[in-house]
Amino acid sequence: MTIVVQHKGAFSRSREKAGDEGVGLAADVSPHPHPLPPAGEGAVSPRVPAWALWHRVPRPLRGWVIPVLLLATWWAAVQFGWSHSPLLVPLQKVWSTGVEQVTSGQLAVALGASLWRDLAGFAIGAGAGLLFGTLLGVSRLAERLVAPSFHTFKQISLFAWIPLLSVWFGLGDAAKVAFLSLAAFFPVALNTFEGIRAVPRELLEVARVFAFSRWQLLLRVVLPAASPSIFTGLHLGLIYAWLATLGGEYLLVSGKGVGNLLIDGREHFGMNLVLLGVIVVGLVGFTLNWIASRIERRLLVWRGASARFH
Amino acid sequence: MAHAATLSIRQLSKHYEVKGQPLPVLSDINLDIAPGEFISIVGASGCGKSTLLRLLIGLEQDYQGELLLDGQRIAGTSLERGIVFQEHRLFPWLTVEGNVAVGLLNSQLTEGQKRLAVRGHIELVGLGGFENAYPYHLSGGMSQRVAIARALVNRPEVLLLDEPFGALDALTRAHLQQELLRIWQAERITMVLVTHDVEEAVFLGDKVVVMEPRPGRIRRVLPVNLPHPRERGSPAFVRIKENVLLEFGGVSDIEPPRPPLPADGLPPGLQFAY
Repeated sequence: MTIVVQHKGAFSRSREKAGDEGVGLAADVSPHPHPLPPAGEGAVSPRVPAWALWHRVPRPLRGWVIPVLLLATWWAAVQFGWSHSPLLVPLQKVWSTGVEQVTSGQLAVALGASLWRDLAGFAIGAGAGLLFGTLLGVSRLAERLVAPSFHTFKQISLFAWIPLLSVWFGLGDAAKVAFLSLAAFFPVALNTFEGIRAVPRELLEVARVFAFSRWQLLLRVVLPAASPSIFTGLHLGLIYAWLATLGGEYLLVSGKGVGNLLIDGREHFGMNLVLLGVIVVGLVGFTLNWIASRIERRLLVWRGASARFH
Repeated sequence: MAHAATLSIRQLSKHYEVKGQPLPVLSDINLDIAPGEFISIVGASGCGKSTLLRLLIGLEQDYQGELLLDGQRIAGTSLERGIVFQEHRLFPWLTVEGNVAVGLLNSQLTEGQKRLAVRGHIELVGLGGFENAYPYHLSGGMSQRVAIARALVNRPEVLLLDEPFGALDALTRAHLQQELLRIWQAERITMVLVTHDVEEAVFLGDKVVVMEPRPGRIRRVLPVNLPHPRERGSPAFVRIKENVLLEFGGVSDIEPPRPPLPADGLPPGLQFAY
């Protein structure tokens, strides 16, 4: 589970870094093009490569280049008649569907229902995961007793739970919330456990030297020391819960939600609705992720600027 | 002013169990440390000097013999004994102020008194103005100063120092030795410094205890009868340093004699790290 995010992180980081270096290079090079000036000084400025245009795009906007290009291609494909497939609805139509969904309040209802379930399930799953992971981390007995079962259970694909959950909880909100609290539970429990296990012995000894009580040890040393790992788990849990929100709505079809919007669209072959749904899902996921990163960065300020890139 | 403690070590022995066989680490240590005295302990690695310190602070237990602080047997850790480790061991999520305050978490002082004590000890180690810095902002020397302040803030009766400057560069080390001396003179508490730096031992100690390994024993206790501040280049200083080194010379630290390993001990070529 962790690996996925680490890869993602590593990717975005290396991209950022590459960008930084690129800028640094360009800034360094352009005022003094050559340490040994070549014969034709004037020849230098035309040598500025075409990709220098890239550096005219302000850095915060660079992430938007690909989405904007995609949208432009989409628009152009319809506009210039490159394709007449019914799958390719015009951009304008998706937009007007969006406006319609927003003004009629249907989108708000669907999104509200999905987000409510998402946050409720996340709160339950993450809370339980935090408690469970902590217990497993601090108690050898609990670990011996429970860890083997836990490690087996976490191997079960999340979607394999759906038949069971639907039998237990029906197809309504209860089953969906249970499903996505499971989705949030495993990454939070696992990362909490591993974070606590990795607390340096040296720091635990400091707590002993200053005669910390058990609670002081837990609250002032163990949990803070494990907090980077716990946040990784919470972050993953948030993402998984949102993915599971959609999965749950798709597989436990009943009620309202963004997933149901997608299903409606598919069943009535309204590609405009499907595409709108996909865009909304993407935007919500992006926003949740962004909020989590901001909170994490603020709370883990003690790791220092350098630690954020490791 | 904090009360300075008397430390008595009587016939102290300690061994670890390795595969059911006892492996002696310390053997028959006898040492009396007067209140306010500064004792340096030197020895090659593996002579058990760090284990001795860990026994004194109470992080290691199960020993034979007696460890007495003001006549009371030492059992477990206690706020009357402070320690500075080789690594600073600060909590990275706390600021300098927060880290020093860790030393007062379980003290009886009021909040106001605690705040004053924390401020005072940050000043004492010369870090005024850095109260709100996080450890990642600090250099190794500054971090070690914070660790000293944290150990002292609760006014322990004895301060134990486990190679506290071992990881620092020579310049910072010399500077912090001066500072430690100043702090010792200001606080007048008992200090026990474990080091492998003979010059440091002679510069700071009232007595230098030379230990030899396998099992860890006291080889000799050399008094340093020089007034502070000591001049590292002075003939008297150099002579004492030579004497300590001579004691070292008796134990070859190039190829220390291997202890007879238990029959089913470690494979040849491996040895225990303590």
